[in-house]
Amino acid sequence: MISAVMVALLVTMVLALLRAFLGPDRYNRILAINMFGTKTVLFVAVAGFLFGRPDFLDIGILYALVNFVATIAVLRLSHYEELVSGRSGGAGE
Amino acid sequence: MIVVDVMSGVLLGAGALFALSGGAGLLRFPDFYTRIHAAGVTDTAGAGLILLGLMLQVSSWETGVRLLIILLFLAMTSPTAAHVLAHAARRDGVPVWREGDERR
Amino acid sequence: MSAASGRSTRGETIRATLRTALFLAVFWLVLSGHFEPLPLVLGALSVALVCWLDWWAGLKQFHNVTVPFLLRLPRYLLWLSWQVLRSAVAVTRQVWSPRPALRPVVEPTAAGDLPELAQVIYANSITLTPGTLSLDVDDDRILVHSLVFGDVDDLHDGAMRSKVRRTGASS
Repeated sequence: MISAVMVALLVTMVLALLRAFLGPDRYNRILAINMFGTKTVLFVAVAGFLFGRPDFLDIGILYALVNFVATIAVLRLSHYEELVSGRSGGAGE
Repeated sequence: MIVVDVMSGVLLGAGALFALSGGAGLLRFPDFYTRIHAAGVTDTAGAGLILLGLMLQVSSWETGVRLLIILLFLAMTSPTAAHVLAHAARRDGVPVWREGDERR
Repeated sequence: MSAASGRSTRGETIRATLRTALFLAVFWLVLSGHFEPLPLVLGALSVALVCWLDWWAGLKQFHNVTVPFLLRLPRYLLWLSWQVLRSAVAVTRQVWSPRPALRPVVEPTAAGDLPELAQVIYANSITLTPGTLSLDVDDDRILVHSLVFGDVDDLHDGAMRSKVRRTGASS
């Protein structure tokens, strides 16, 4: 079952990559890459179980963190104005 | 023990199915906003069920806690990332697809 | 506790910092699993650094996270998981149907009566549930993009909103 899940995750990752290549605009690509990242986290976790290496999970945690920060960072770079909605004015409020 | 194995298998299988469906939706759905919903399926139902399925197979509590941390972390970050993306796209004037429009 | 924009009192700040430190220390110990002096010292330094950053950047991460709220949270999360699963099935049906019946709508839904943290939880729950997506949050409403009209209609009914309120998340 675990190897079947790995195959399914790999296929999903390929689908996400396809969407990243097809675009058509920047947002579709960022969305696809973000999803590719979360599937990588799952893939690493499942691989840890398949190979009997539970320490892979630490890598998964780290990857989840980096993936989230990367998505926000890319949007920050392409959007200099306030990213998130809400009542706050500037940073740190 | 066999019951736990079967349950774990069912959860893993269902999670894999949701992950695949989300991937297919990412390609099939007509515009950016609808595709976020498809990606959401893989990040919530797919990730949650796969991680729960793995949790039933753990041999030590440390592994279980790590899986739980990954699950909670994904559950917190994926809606935030989706919201920030959608909000930025809306600010940028990416139009919302309506029924009958061309797919983009 | 404190008003959304007002300054916290000294006691509140200290209590919140202690909560942050406690959470981070437990997180470090669980993830490292080592109790030798060197990892412990490194851990203490990391916790101190993050607490200082937290205070320096003026984040209010743990100001509203109280014990009663944490005790009520699992029940809500369980209910939310069920909702997520149900709507994930609905979206999956759309994906595999030969002609997806998508009727996206963008509509605001009321959230003005919720305190700040509850609003955040509500908006995140909306996004977490496949089929609905929060586009914009302002003082009294959340702009929702929905795959089909029925989903946003369910939100207007307020079942999720009142469940969020019952977690007791404060401002």
